[in-house]
Amino acid sequence: MKCADFLQELTNYLDGAIDDHTKAELEDHLAWCHNCYVVCDTTKKTIEIYRDSKLYELPEDLRTRLRTAIVSKCQAKKKAGPERV
Amino acid sequence: MSAIQPKVSEPVSDELALVQAAKGGDVGAFEELVRRYDRNVFRIAQHITQNREDAEDVVQDAFLKAYGNLNQFQGQSKFYTWLVRIAVNEALMKLRRRRPERMVSLDEDVKTEEDSLPREVADWSPNPEQQYSQAELREILSRTIQGLPASFRTVFVLRDVEGLSTEETAEALDLSIPAVKSRLLRARLQLRERLSRYFRRRESADGRPNNDGDGNQ
Repeated sequence: MKCADFLQELTNYLDGAIDDHTKAELEDHLAWCHNCYVVCDTTKKTIEIYRDSKLYELPEDLRTRLRTAIVSKCQAKKKAGPERV
Repeated sequence: MSAIQPKVSEPVSDELALVQAAKGGDVGAFEELVRRYDRNVFRIAQHITQNREDAEDVVQDAFLKAYGNLNQFQGQSKFYTWLVRIAVNEALMKLRRRRPERMVSLDEDVKTEEDSLPREVADWSPNPEQQYSQAELREILSRTIQGLPASFRTVFVLRDVEGLSTEETAEALDLSIPAVKSRLLRARLQLRERLSRYFRRRESADGRPNNDGDGNQ
């Protein structure tokens, strides 16, 4: 297996979406190719950092304000009768 | 190396009942659906629009549009996937309005094969995120993801931040499964490349790695 082949399968590998045979081939490649090992490891860390980052959390006060606005507009729509699309 | 662990989503067994009640005019049931997903919709919207006010508008517009079109929700997909589809469209409309000079489309298949090829292969520090304050880290992550094309950013956010499956992402974005996989791979590799500039293991003057997590930073 070449590095380019490994990269093609990287997403499936990280997502666990591959069969055992391909997985064994990829892990065999990882065992001797340090560059691919680093790329694989740091890609996994990239995903985990973003997933755990709490980037763009909705603050509680804004959340309440938005929800109140949504609900009151829904009430108004309900009074106005069903929408005909 | 183990596969990344998918996010565990909350049980949704009562969700269809809430949708049915909301269809029948129960605004309280719809409010419960808003509570369940408003944070997700806000995150997705801010990732796509990169603008706080636009993201707030998208939350309102997406839920109101969902409420007004509940009768079109047939229940073949999850309510959340259906809602995400609406939210992504609203967010893209905002983005187009703000940046009319650049066509923004999820169909754009940005030709950046070579951009995705790893160049930076230095290993990272053991706990790279701990080298920075919370505020610095947010700035780094935010600026890094802003540099991706909208079509890559959106796939990455739905799959890796929000934890939708490949199939759900394809459905929400109206893309084929191979298109989702290809964009996800390129988004992940490009983000990795850019983050490496901040997180790579630093070498000290004598060539030995420092910042090695031994507490002597």
